[in-house]
Amino acid sequence: MFQQKRPETLIDSNGSRVDGRKLDQLRQIKLEIGILDKANGSAYVEQGKNRILVAVYGPREAHPKHIALPDRAVVRCRYHMAPFSTEERKSPAPSRREMELSKVIREALEPATLSENYPRTTIDIFIEVLQSDGGTRCAAITGASLALADAGIPMKSLVSACAVGKIEGQIALDLSDLEDKYGEADMPVALMPSFNTITLIQMDGSFTQDEFAKALDMAVESCNQIHEMQKTALKEKYLSIKEEVEEKEESGGTAE
Amino acid sequence: MSSTPQVSPMARIEQRTVVDMISRGKRIDERSLTDYRDLKIEVGIIEKANGSAQVFLGKTKVMVGVKVETGDPFPDTPNEGILTVNAELVPLASPSFEPGPPDENSIELARVVDRGLRESKAIDLESLCIQAGKKVFVVFVDVYVLDHDGNLIDASAIASLAALLNTRMSDYEIRDGEVVHKPGYKPLPIRNRPITVTIGKIGSSLVVDPCLEEEQVMSARLTAAIDDNGRVCAMQKGGMEGLTIEEVKTAVQIVSKKADEIRAKILETTS
Repeated sequence: MFQQKRPETLIDSNGSRVDGRKLDQLRQIKLEIGILDKANGSAYVEQGKNRILVAVYGPREAHPKHIALPDRAVVRCRYHMAPFSTEERKSPAPSRREMELSKVIREALEPATLSENYPRTTIDIFIEVLQSDGGTRCAAITGASLALADAGIPMKSLVSACAVGKIEGQIALDLSDLEDKYGEADMPVALMPSFNTITLIQMDGSFTQDEFAKALDMAVESCNQIHEMQKTALKEKYLSIKEEVEEKEESGGTAE
Repeated sequence: MSSTPQVSPMARIEQRTVVDMISRGKRIDERSLTDYRDLKIEVGIIEKANGSAQVFLGKTKVMVGVKVETGDPFPDTPNEGILTVNAELVPLASPSFEPGPPDENSIELARVVDRGLRESKAIDLESLCIQAGKKVFVVFVDVYVLDHDGNLIDASAIASLAALLNTRMSDYEIRDGEVVHKPGYKPLPIRNRPITVTIGKIGSSLVVDPCLEEEQVMSARLTAAIDDNGRVCAMQKGGMEGLTIEEVKTAVQIVSKKADEIRAKILETTS
């Protein structure tokens, strides 16, 4: 196991960060959809060392029945970290942090979901963090909106999320765990890019008013960048199906 | 697991009245959109607590008690005292509160109050270390919601700060690694006074300090905490809908203007 110690400096003299990134650079992101067999929709997200799996079940009959709402689907969300996802083992029982995050993630996704279309049902979103390295709630939102789309649930927009923070006095994008720990601020933001609407914003640390405005603009810009990656990931699934079908048609000789 | 909340128990016609009035720049309790409700703060109301405060924000009533005890430090911060914030949505405060373990609303409430105090470094935790790695002071902030008429976050944050400013811990010395209390009291090492203000979005308007009826029709809320130096130190968005980028920026500006007003009021009652 690697032990994280405080590095001498979080930004070196060339302006590059501990992992070699520039201040306004995202970590490497990998998005995949439809990777779970039983779920109605699923997604896998890698962002730096973060590894997150999201499954969506529903719309399905509400259980127990009394939780159902007459005019919309009940959206339920569980954000959970695997015991082995952190440096020290995390107890699998839900912590207060996980309960808060489940709530804010649900509130980040619900504005985009057309849950009025499915009264008296539930839409369940299960998020498992398999490995965490800072910014897991954002990566989880990015993945969950893909899983919702993969489940075929109509949405007004995808939801893209990204955190911005401050390290050594400078605004920096997409903080890693180490940078979050020793940095001065962290602000996760989720955006519905088609409406320029913010559906999640949290902050801890210390920002001047100017820094806050600058950080928010930076977060919005990278959410748009992530939105493009999400669209590509969605298209890829269907392109690969199309290719498969075309190959079959060609070999079968039934192509038009 | 977090679920979509049940629909508001308010009649549709009442909901429409609140929304219509706000779209015309008026509110059901005759405030302007940026007015705070009447704020009354009492401190030192519980003798057995090290510090206490009760805040009346309109009809919302929140009590906070602070207890200072000794305990083990966290392994990753051996030189620091511990701050823990807990919130109880006491069933007597609202027909919607039920007895039982804390639900997501009370956890969110406690964590937002905690974030404001912690991130602004309101308490100098290092000076609460008794013996590095062995013994530190633990500051328990217990938020008790007694009457829920909206905006529990602000009322709880104000009451917590007032109670901390009111806290007196007994003086101590260390004899053979044991803490021995001496006669006399000293205040907590308070270094910053973060003020939390919540803005609700109703229709396309932003309103400061939403009351319960307004909370039941608002589509989103944004809470921000501003420290002594005018810096933003904590934020939390909530609610079923989103906010535009402009609305977020405007809300933060409104909050920082309001924060100075409220800070002055707290210092007036606690000093």
